[in-house]
Amino acid sequence: MTPLHRKLFRDLTRMAGQMTAITAVLACGVATFVTMRSAYDSLLFARSEFYTTCRFADVFAHVKRAPEYLAHSIAQIPGVAAVQTRIVTDVTLDIPGLEEPATARLVSIPERGAPLLTGLFLRRGSYIDRGDEVVISESFAAANRLNVGDAVSAVVNGKWERLRIAGIGLSPEYLYEVKPGEIFPDNRRFGVLWMSRKTMEAAFDMKEAFNDLTLSLAQGASEPDIIERLDHILESYGGLGAYGRGDQMSYRFIADELTELRTMGYLLPTIFLAVVAFLLHVVMSRLIALERGQIGVLQAFGYGRIAIAAHYLKFGLVAALPGSILGIAGGLWLGSVYTAIYARYFHFPELRLQPEGYVPAAAIAIAAGAACLGAVSAAYRAVALAPAESMRPGSPEKFHAGFLERTGLQRWIAPETRMIYRNLSRRPWKAAAAALGIALAVSILVVGRYTIDSVHYVVDLQFRQLQREDLTVTFQETRPEQARYDLAKLPGVLRAESFREVPVRLRSGHRWRKSSILGVSDSDTLRPLVDRRHGRIEIPDDGMVLNSRLGEILNAPPGTQIQIEVLEGVRPVRTLVVAGWIEQPLGLGAYMQAAALHRMMRESDLISGAHLKVDPRKEEPLYTLLKRTPSISAVAVKSVALASFWKSYGDTIWISTMMLVGFASVIAFGIVYNGARIALSERGHELASLRVLGYQTSEVGRILLGEQGLLLALGIPCGFVLGYALALLTSRALARDLIRLPLVIGPVSYTYAACLVLIAGVVSGWVVARRLARMDLTAVLKARE
Amino acid sequence: MNPAIQLPSATEIFRQEAVFHIHGITKVYRMGDVEVHALRGVDLDLYAGEFIVVLGPSGSGKSTLLNILGGLDVPTSGEVRYLDHCLTGAGDAALTRFRREHVGFVFQFYNLIPSLTALENVELVTEIAEHPMDPAEALRLVDLGERMHHFPSQLSGGEQQRVAIARAVAKRPDILLCDEPTGALDYPTGKLVLEVLERVNRELGTIAVVITHNAAIAGMAHRVIRVGSGRIVGISRNERRLSPSELSW
Repeated sequence: MTPLHRKLFRDLTRMAGQMTAITAVLACGVATFVTMRSAYDSLLFARSEFYTTCRFADVFAHVKRAPEYLAHSIAQIPGVAAVQTRIVTDVTLDIPGLEEPATARLVSIPERGAPLLTGLFLRRGSYIDRGDEVVISESFAAANRLNVGDAVSAVVNGKWERLRIAGIGLSPEYLYEVKPGEIFPDNRRFGVLWMSRKTMEAAFDMKEAFNDLTLSLAQGASEPDIIERLDHILESYGGLGAYGRGDQMSYRFIADELTELRTMGYLLPTIFLAVVAFLLHVVMSRLIALERGQIGVLQAFGYGRIAIAAHYLKFGLVAALPGSILGIAGGLWLGSVYTAIYARYFHFPELRLQPEGYVPAAAIAIAAGAACLGAVSAAYRAVALAPAESMRPGSPEKFHAGFLERTGLQRWIAPETRMIYRNLSRRPWKAAAAALGIALAVSILVVGRYTIDSVHYVVDLQFRQLQREDLTVTFQETRPEQARYDLAKLPGVLRAESFREVPVRLRSGHRWRKSSILGVSDSDTLRPLVDRRHGRIEIPDDGMVLNSRLGEILNAPPGTQIQIEVLEGVRPVRTLVVAGWIEQPLGLGAYMQAAALHRMMRESDLISGAHLKVDPRKEEPLYTLLKRTPSISAVAVKSVALASFWKSYGDTIWISTMMLVGFASVIAFGIVYNGARIALSERGHELASLRVLGYQTSEVGRILLGEQGLLLALGIPCGFVLGYALALLTSRALARDLIRLPLVIGPVSYTYAACLVLIAGVVSGWVVARRLARMDLTAVLKARE
Repeated sequence: MNPAIQLPSATEIFRQEAVFHIHGITKVYRMGDVEVHALRGVDLDLYAGEFIVVLGPSGSGKSTLLNILGGLDVPTSGEVRYLDHCLTGAGDAALTRFRREHVGFVFQFYNLIPSLTALENVELVTEIAEHPMDPAEALRLVDLGERMHHFPSQLSGGEQQRVAIARAVAKRPDILLCDEPTGALDYPTGKLVLEVLERVNRELGTIAVVITHNAAIAGMAHRVIRVGSGRIVGISRNERRLSPSELSW
């Protein structure tokens, strides 16, 4: 080991506290990178494996009923590689031990041999062999403790049928297994059952016919062109509009998750490593100011600039190496926690952490890069000193009369306060940088808490203010308005409000989106429509309102004309004006007056379902009754939806928030502690002189800590603003079509961020004050600054 | 040290060719709006084996002269030659190489690296020198063989300065430049340090240039150069040199 290396290690030991703080922040930055990247890679890998083995389709379409021979002409569309027709329908299930009715999606599969497209991955048991056998989805089986050999009862075409479970399987189509029209999975009440095509043909009157199909495309085929031609073919058979993978629920969810991981995988490490560079810069600048004389000696004895610069760059690299190793280990562990959570609601045959080889290498490279970035300007300053210059003590800091002196206010201010004021105002950029560091810590804490506030806001807005019903029933087929009164008369129903739902394609300019229009009435109270300021919105008779996210997707602000292509009944095409945007954190809905919708559909008062307010004491018999009503295809219970929301998101939010908050706390301590240590080092001489003149430790401490306190007081409010901006950036980056976390930051989060930074300030102040009390006065005064 | 030891005479030394040749150098610093003329035309030759004391009050330009001799600084105008190297127009790399190969420095405040032991401070230099001494031997030369594993903070001022001298001579430099080497030391310690410098000059034949404002030290030099206001105001030769123990101040 060369003497310079020994100097390096001894200097590092002396600066252990500060270097540990920097290493810790760096480890956090590396950990976020490794966590996000490795979870991203693992998810991507698992998805591509699953898609390949099960031949996941590229285009999906649903029709009312189409003859089987149509498959042949669809296969002739240039670019179509394979066609798989199916029968898909939702039925009510009776699950032993479950009060509420469950919904099953029946999907037809060939009686023998695997489907051509979108096949099954069989986890247990066997493929179906008889007409009354089914393969059921793994998560549904697990949630209801169903096993191979068990039986379930389903209402198949108005009759209760017993179905025997032959196998338990998975499909990429239901990787994210959620009831149609809902956003959060409820595996206890919704599952997929794969059933023999022949049985389904017989039960649902689909002989030689299909109501669903999936396509795979040849390499280089144009998806929009094929969708257009497919829609044209299916139009007269009640086609609901074909769509690509991008609009397929499971694909969408996992793609959103991947985007989020990738975005956060860039954003978080960038913030952390920027803090590392900032801290190293500050610490190294101070070190070089202190070692000015030593640098001069090295130069005098013939050490070249490169050797000296390299020596100081190594300080950064030494922080980078253990930081990266710690970060990689922590990141891999967190990555496995992440993938374990993903495995709970993304149903892959296998999902485990499979970090790619480049991840640790890239982690070390970016850590070293950030460290060098932080050390390089200081190292440059070390070698830029002329040799003769560096051995002279630095010239005394320049002070001049400032605001206080010019206005004469100084007379009224105690000398200590004047010192604090002048120290800060003399080097305003340095003070600004220190305050910015504190602000950065506060802002990251604010962002860390933002998700929690936002989710609580969403839950309150969606489940308490916008959805005031207890349950929603959906009919198998549209029913006359009379059905609402029948529902209202059921025991336990306090109020029933019907709705008409019509599948549509909405077009605005070249943008379009498949959605559905809900026909509602002004007298409805269970599902109020509100604007951004939560004021109730009235829909004009000749207009429609859009969910604000749908409005953004279509680029259709209020006043825009929108073309509506109805995908049901007589399939009318109309143009309507957007009357307003409504605020809904979940879903992508469009709304019209029910009467106007009926007119457009050229139908009498038909309803698709109803929202019910229920007497809680009479829920149980009501459920049983609804379960036994064959015309009802689905019953959604709000409290269950809310519970499943927390079940799906609670853990993820908790883990990612804990990670962010934990890491942000490390940053907060790192920045504040280093700031205080640097201040002590810079002011040591001056403060020792004051002590020699007879100042007490407490008085001297006040000057030093007063300065830090002032910086905290400046930095914290700036951090609130910065945190708000950063949260805005995050909410933009993470906006999904179906779930939007609005920018809501509660006072608790601000208080929390401020308190944590203040605690960091108090602890750092205490450490520094102890050092100040133990300072050897004569030694400090003898030492040359 | 025994004062009876025969010191090489000035006459012997001046028979040789000059090792350093300085001609008409000036140095102007700009300090804000003010120009400071540190040197205003200095001519000087230095010979092998010479022991030189540069005397002058503070601000007289003696430190600037030393820095230019040592390649730490370049003159604003004029010529500096070391043997056949011209230092005047030399760039940073050439000056660094010159310092590395030929110059040893001793500073008033020792300028040891506090995080390195005495031995390691010397190794810092032997590491990059071409034909260095054994670092331990260099420390024994300054009578610090016993304390080589101590850190600067564990050594007295005199001991620290002797480490600095050991560090300066360990590379076997051609010239030893000392800036107020006794300035921070008490009387007996200062004398001890001067004895070491004299011995190095005598035993290794290194040119020694000692700048000081302590006129008493002039007695041990071959030549005494007096500097004032950026100029050489007088050069005198000591026909009989005193040994450090004969000096008093």
